[in-house]
Amino acid sequence: MEQQSCKTGSVLQEEMLWEKGRKGKTGFSLPQRDVKSYPLDDSHTRAELDFPDLSEVEVVRHYTRLSQWNFGLDTGMYPLGSCTMKYNPKINEKLAALSGFTEAHPLLPVDHCQGALKLMYDLERYLAEITGMDAVSLQPAAGAHGELTGMLMFHAYHQKKGRRKKIIIPDTAHGTNPASASFCGYTSVSVKSGKKGILLPEAVAEIMDEDTAGIMVTNPNTLGFFEEHIREISDIVHSKGGLVYGDGANMNAIMGIADMAGSGIDILHLNLHKTFSTPHGGGGPGAGPVCVSKELAPFLPVPRIRKDGDGYVLDHDNPDSVGKVHSFFGNFGVLVKAYCYILSMGRELKKVSRISVLNANYIRTKLKDVLHIPYDRPCMHECIFTDKKQKAQKVTTLDIAKRLIDYGFHPPTVYFPLVVSGAIMIEPTETESKAEIDRFIDAVKAIAKEAEEDPSLLTGSPMSTRIGRLDEVTAARKPCLTG
Amino acid sequence: MRYIPHTEEEITSMMEAVGVDSLDELFSDIPESCHRKNELALPEALTEWELDDHIRQLAGSMPASSEYKSFIGAGSYSHFIPAVIPYLLGRSEFSTAYTPYQPEISQGTLHAIYEYQTLVSRLLGMEIANASMYDGATALAEALLMAIRITKKDDVAISMAVHPDYRRVIEAYFRPTGYTIHYLPYGKDGRTMYDTIPEKTEPACVAVQSPNFFGCMEEVAGIAGILNEQKTLLIVSFTEPLAYGLYKTPGELGADIACGEGQSLGIPRSYGGPGLGLFSSKEKYMRYMPGRIVGQTTDRRSNRGFVLTLSTREQHIRREKATSNICSNQSLCALTACMYMATAGQTGMRELARLNYDKSEYLKEELGNAGFRIPFSSPSFNEFVVEFPEGFEDLHRHLLKKKIFAGLPLEPYYPELKNHCLMCATETNKKEDMDRLVREVK
Repeated sequence: MEQQSCKTGSVLQEEMLWEKGRKGKTGFSLPQRDVKSYPLDDSHTRAELDFPDLSEVEVVRHYTRLSQWNFGLDTGMYPLGSCTMKYNPKINEKLAALSGFTEAHPLLPVDHCQGALKLMYDLERYLAEITGMDAVSLQPAAGAHGELTGMLMFHAYHQKKGRRKKIIIPDTAHGTNPASASFCGYTSVSVKSGKKGILLPEAVAEIMDEDTAGIMVTNPNTLGFFEEHIREISDIVHSKGGLVYGDGANMNAIMGIADMAGSGIDILHLNLHKTFSTPHGGGGPGAGPVCVSKELAPFLPVPRIRKDGDGYVLDHDNPDSVGKVHSFFGNFGVLVKAYCYILSMGRELKKVSRISVLNANYIRTKLKDVLHIPYDRPCMHECIFTDKKQKAQKVTTLDIAKRLIDYGFHPPTVYFPLVVSGAIMIEPTETESKAEIDRFIDAVKAIAKEAEEDPSLLTGSPMSTRIGRLDEVTAARKPCLTG
Repeated sequence: MRYIPHTEEEITSMMEAVGVDSLDELFSDIPESCHRKNELALPEALTEWELDDHIRQLAGSMPASSEYKSFIGAGSYSHFIPAVIPYLLGRSEFSTAYTPYQPEISQGTLHAIYEYQTLVSRLLGMEIANASMYDGATALAEALLMAIRITKKDDVAISMAVHPDYRRVIEAYFRPTGYTIHYLPYGKDGRTMYDTIPEKTEPACVAVQSPNFFGCMEEVAGIAGILNEQKTLLIVSFTEPLAYGLYKTPGELGADIACGEGQSLGIPRSYGGPGLGLFSSKEKYMRYMPGRIVGQTTDRRSNRGFVLTLSTREQHIRREKATSNICSNQSLCALTACMYMATAGQTGMRELARLNYDKSEYLKEELGNAGFRIPFSSPSFNEFVVEFPEGFEDLHRHLLKKKIFAGLPLEPYYPELKNHCLMCATETNKKEDMDRLVREVK
């Protein structure tokens, strides 16, 4: 237990659960026993279960105190690049918690699940409309799970014609892209982006061959630029029999504006916990639906939801399908929230993208003389800076990020993409007001000034938090993973 | 639109600052060939009131459990959820936070997940646990792949009494890999016939589920006893973790990896998701583990604190050489499970497990007394199989009309188990409802 201290005011210290527990307490109200106890041989029963016993009030205080040590989106601006930390509407939480949904068992006969099936069927149609793709599966539980599903579909598609071993992945890609590809046995071939921060068709043409299953492209990419040559690149890949995978992590920039099918994308995943406003939950649950062209639809996971007269059925009969990728139908509770979001927004989704891009360009314009900007050109939903100007004072990207915490902001994504040294990647999203963004800009300016005048303010930051910078090296060298 | 806070004047002044005359100009880098040809064809935006009305209709068409009497488990269980759990989950500092990459302002999540890893390890009798996987099926698929990485072999043995949908997920995950799956049949007692493991083969792992899909506790110690510990790992999976409030744990019985579904730990069924993939192993396999792991450390002032650690296994560092591609997991569901375990405590967990066992034994006994065969005699937890006479399908349908879900018919999953039904009784099934079920099927 840490020492009592008066430094943090009402942000209280808190022990571990097992330091608080005392035998003889309980926080649980078990339903009444209305049957007798049946014998069970001792040889089957476990040793003592070493769980702490706590009262209800202690459990409530424990988690309330822990929550105060967290910074959430409702606390303040959360400009994590490529994470799309937009506001999570509260009505969606309320509606996803309706007992008709939360109490539904996944293996009930379909005529008892029509409400859920209609919701999923309509959500599939809306996502198809928004992306321009033809068919959708809602089964993947997260973005990387969608990528894996996409790679399984690549494999199933090619298997009919002869196996391919390689896959092209740009140097700006999320780490999940090569990891998902190697899950399916593909060797990643990296392709460098050009001077403008986007892929060049000739670079792809040089390495695309008939042993290459295709390419994985994030568009807009993680430098915040639209891959302008995506159509030509798709044509090159298709001409050699390959497929184009679109990582839709950054779809928030282009809803109602770009057509993914028209760009030549064959399979695209979306992150409903980014673009479609479902809360990130401190690392999930998310949802990573895959959207595909007609040609790839037979390979989608089963069951598919089909309309049958006035009702909906689950169709398991798809011989080319990759099979199942989730125990049941995916993270249904997350799907409800995304569905609510789309119905609340309607065609205003286009405005979402326009304002998100305006916000990012506004920050880019206001800060480009304060921080070094590696690609000085208009961006989409996020803009990238580096610590190059501050390096002279021995101040790094990490120091700038940690100092932002003292100013009341969550730091941006840092040191990603890997192609930019000391990257600071800022994505404000459309839900940050001009006033909040101006405050953020002023904070960065103030920090840049501090870096010149007193760098120790940055290297010693954060100073306002309950704990300071943590020793991550020891954590990894001498792992302590359970208490 | 209430989620976009900009006034028209602000938009104009921001466009001026950026140097564009219209919002369309911001998208001038998008070539004509990639532009949408038409506006989004989506329904008119609903007001909050209209949305509420519409969604309530959809939810209202689903069978709410207060009205229906359900005896279905099969990987998704009805358990009572204490009111403090949804209440505490409403703390938006938890629900609206991102993955805790900035530990100084994420100690709430990190501290809680460290506690989760600890309680999961204790529940399963294992040494370490990760911060969660998507669900039970993907956790098991990843466990098999982990065993393959550890042993450097390319085949696995899996019990046919593993949840059929989990086996389908494993098959999908394995299809591009070229790894081989041997299936181990189940015997007359409903348990895996582990002596069918081909003698000369030494697969990367043997994976069983316990309690298995038929509700039977597997003879895990027996299986551990015949495996060559150096060469073949033992994986114990489960869909009902509450069984380990009562029964011997995978760790006690010799499991190298224990993983499965954690939905029973305070998470609603929610039509099958979000659930929670529990994943634990022996400590020596730590660096082969998939997924995120929280570790304890100290800050510059020697305060105890927590960070995401061992990230050199993970995709954002290792890219194509990562132990898994998983990034987002089911963090909020892990937090839920931890809150639930903290609320129940050792006393509550033991009593709850015992009550599940007793309820299910009661229903089993009553159905047996009514003349139905209980084909598998092995010890069970809160599920068991019952064989009904010919014509069971009609009866099952008839009971649905009376708002009784009389278990899960097994024939679609196991064609040889015609008229067999998987029954589940938990602490939420009242004696009077079980008595009614028995009267109705008699």
